[in-house]
Amino acid sequence: MALLQISEPGQTAAPHQHKLAAGIDLGTTNSLVATVRSGLAETLPDENGNHLLPSVVRYRLGLPPQVGEEARAALIEDPHNTISSVKRFMGRGLADICKGCSCSEYEFAESAESESTVPRIRTVAGDISPVEASAEILKVLKARAEKTLGGELTGVVITVPAYFDDAQRQATKDAAQLAGLNVLRLLNEPTAAAVAYGLDRNSEGVHVVYDLGGGTFDISILRLNRGVFEVMSTAGNTALGGDDFDRTIAQWLAGQAGLGDDISVRKMRALRAEACRAKEALSDVESVTVSVAVKDGEVWRGELNREQLNALIDPLIQKTLSPCRRALRDAGIELDEIEDVVMVGGSTRSPRIRERVGEFFHCEVLTDIDPDKVVTVGAAIQADVLVGNKPDDEMLLLDVIPLSLGIETMGGLVEKVIPRNATIPCAKAQDFTTFKDGQTALAVHVVQGERELVSDCRSLARFELRGIPPMAAGAARIRVTFQVDADGLLSVTAREQASGVESSVQVKPSYGLSDREIEQMLRDSMAHAEEDVAARNLREMQVEARRAIEAVESALASDAGLLSADERTRLDAALEDLRAQAEGSDHLKIKQAIEALNAASDDFAARRMDAGIQAAMAGHKLEEFS
Amino acid sequence: MQSSDLTSSYFELFALPVSFDIDGAVLSERYRELQRAVHPDRFVNAADAERRLSMQLATRVNEGFRTLKDPLARARYLLELKGVALDDTDTRLDGSFLMQQMELRERMDAVKGAAGAEQRLYKLRDDIRTLQRQLVDELSGLFTDGSPQALQQARDASRKLQFFHRLGEELAQLDDELAMS
Repeated sequence: MALLQISEPGQTAAPHQHKLAAGIDLGTTNSLVATVRSGLAETLPDENGNHLLPSVVRYRLGLPPQVGEEARAALIEDPHNTISSVKRFMGRGLADICKGCSCSEYEFAESAESESTVPRIRTVAGDISPVEASAEILKVLKARAEKTLGGELTGVVITVPAYFDDAQRQATKDAAQLAGLNVLRLLNEPTAAAVAYGLDRNSEGVHVVYDLGGGTFDISILRLNRGVFEVMSTAGNTALGGDDFDRTIAQWLAGQAGLGDDISVRKMRALRAEACRAKEALSDVESVTVSVAVKDGEVWRGELNREQLNALIDPLIQKTLSPCRRALRDAGIELDEIEDVVMVGGSTRSPRIRERVGEFFHCEVLTDIDPDKVVTVGAAIQADVLVGNKPDDEMLLLDVIPLSLGIETMGGLVEKVIPRNATIPCAKAQDFTTFKDGQTALAVHVVQGERELVSDCRSLARFELRGIPPMAAGAARIRVTFQVDADGLLSVTAREQASGVESSVQVKPSYGLSDREIEQMLRDSMAHAEEDVAARNLREMQVEARRAIEAVESALASDAGLLSADERTRLDAALEDLRAQAEGSDHLKIKQAIEALNAASDDFAARRMDAGIQAAMAGHKLEEFS
Repeated sequence: MQSSDLTSSYFELFALPVSFDIDGAVLSERYRELQRAVHPDRFVNAADAERRLSMQLATRVNEGFRTLKDPLARARYLLELKGVALDDTDTRLDGSFLMQQMELRERMDAVKGAAGAEQRLYKLRDDIRTLQRQLVDELSGLFTDGSPQALQQARDASRKLQFFHRLGEELAQLDDELAMS
C-alpha cells in the first residue's frame, strides 16, 4: 500500500485545494462577475473600478468587437453594428423577436445558408448570432475574473431568468461554451438572489423573490429549511422588463414633443436614453425636466413628474402581478405564510414598483442588497460550493422547470409530458406506437408552454425515431424518455420495447444552433486567437483526464473499502493507464483511457451512491412492511 | 437490496411504512436528506458514472416525493403496488356523485361574468376542498382496512378524487382568466 503520494511537477497533489470559481449574471442591460474570496462573495470591478459591464457589443470592420461602456457610447452613433439587450434574442426565432418590436433596430440576415433558423444580425463584421454576441460579453467577464484571481477558472455558474425556456437556456450554455467557460450549473436568477439573502439572514420559512430586470420578469416562491432552498413555484414573462418602461416613456416623450410616427432608429435610441434617465431620476426626486431634439437643432423641453410616470408604468406593473398570482396558487400557499419579498433587478429601484408589490403580497419588501448585484453574489456562492471549496456545506438548491413540456398529438393538440413547476431533475417516459403497417420511422415534436394548441406553445425540437423494425400497425412499442437535468435542459432517448432496438434520435433544435455550427464558431474564434485547434483539443482532453483522475482518487480516498481486491486492482490499472496517456499528445488515446476508467468505476459509483443513501436514511427504521 | 436500485418502491426509498397515511413533515424531512445525498450539485466534480447515477436517483427521489406528497397520486400508486388495476377508460361511478359533479360544473360556468365573480370562485374552491378532504379521509379508512373489497372501493374513491383534481385545474384556469380581465 502506497503511503506517499508522489506528484509530477504541474500536477495537483491535493484534490481539495482551493479552486477558482465565479458566478456570472449575463443580464439584459448589464452583466457582472463575482467570486468568493476569504469567505466573502463580492463582485469584481474592471480597471476603472466599474462593477457593471454594459451588455452591449459593437462590431467593427477588421477590428475586434468592443464590449461594455465603449460599445454603449456608440449606441446612437452606430446603431446597426452595436447590439444591446441581446438577451432578448437568445433562443428566439425571428417571428418572436419581431413581436417584441425591436427588430426594426437591426437588419436580420436571411438564414438560408445556415443549418438552423437562428436569426443573425447583419453587421460590418458579418452576420452575428445572439449566442456569439453573448459570448463576447462572457469573454470579457472571464478575462476580468482570471486577471483578478490570477489563474484559470475551474468553472462558473451562469444565471438565467427562471422563466427561460429550454431553447433560451441552451443558447446561454452555447454562449458559455463559445467563450471557453466550463459551466458548473445554470442557476435561476431569483434562486441566486435568495441564496445571497438567505445566507445573510439565516431566515427559515417561505420567501418570495420579485425580479424585474432590464428585459425579463421572474417571480419565484421558495421555502428555506436548514440550508435547503426549495423552489415551490415560479412564473414570469421573458419579454417584460425595464426596457419596456423606457419604451413607454419614450413614446410619451415623442408624442409630447410632436414627433411624427416616422422616427429614425438613431432618434428612437436617443429618446429611450432620455426616458431611462428621467425614470431613474424620478426614483429620487418628484419632477424632472426632459428634452428632445426635434429638428434643425430645435429642442423641445418639458416636465415629467412622478404622478405622470406612475400613470405610464402602472399598466406594466399590473402585467407582473398576474404571474405573481399564478405562482402563489401553484405553490399552494396563502399570503399570510409569506415572510417577505426580496426585490431584485435594477427596475425594482422604482418606488412605485416597491409600493405596488408590497401591497400585493401584504408584506415587507427587502431592498437592502444592491438589486443589480444580488444575483451575481448568489451565483458566486453557489459556484464556490459546486466546485468543491466547501465540502461540508449544507446548502442545496432544489429548483423547478418553469414551463410544461409536451408533445404534439393528433390535430395539433399538446399532450403534457412534464408539468410546470416539477422539481428538477425530472423525467417521464411515454409510449408511442406506429399507425401504419411496416412503418420504420416516427416523428416527434416537443413543445414547451401551457396552452392546448401546439401553435400557441414554443416549439423546442422535432426529431425522428428511425430504425424501428417493420411490424404491423400498433405493434411497435416505442418508449421515449424525456429527461430534464439540473440545469433545466431537456434530453430525449428512445427505445423500441418489443425488439429492444435502440432507435436513433435526431433532435433538431427549432431555434438553436446545431453542434456543427457551434464547432465552426469555435474554430473561427480560434483562428482569430491564433490558437492551434489540435493544441486546444489536446489541452481540453488533458483537463478532462485530470478531472476524471481526481474524481476517482477522491472517491478512493473516502470509500476504497467498498471494493474487493480484484476490483481495486482493475481500477488502479485503469487509473495508471490514463495517467500515462495524459502525458502523451494523442487526444483520442486520452479519450479512450477516460472511457475505460469510467467503465471500470461504474459499479464502484453505484455502491458509493448506495452508501450515501444508507447514511442519509440511517436511524430511520423501516417499520412494518405490508 | 440496494437503495440505489431504481425499482424499489418509493416507500422503501423514503424509509417509510407502506401506508396511505403519511406524516407530511417526516416525508419532507426525508426528501431533503435524500436529496442532500444524491443531488447532481453534490457530484459536479465526480466521475461520469456517478454523475449519471446521481441524476437518475435525484430524478427518482423527486418523482417519489411528488407521488407520496399528493393524496391522489399516493392512492393510485398504492393501488398499483397492491395489484389493483386502474383502468382510466372505465368511468362508471355512482349517480349521486355524477350529479354532484354536474352541479359543481354549473356553478363554475356561472362564475364568469357574474357579479362578485371572484368571491363566487373562492367559495366554490373552498367547497371543492372540503369534498376532497372527505374523500381523502375515506381513502385512509379503506386502505387501513386493506381487504380486497375495501381496495376496490378505494379505487372508486381515487377516481372520484381525480374528477375533483380536474375540476381544480379548470378552476385555476378560470382564476387566471379573471385576473387577466
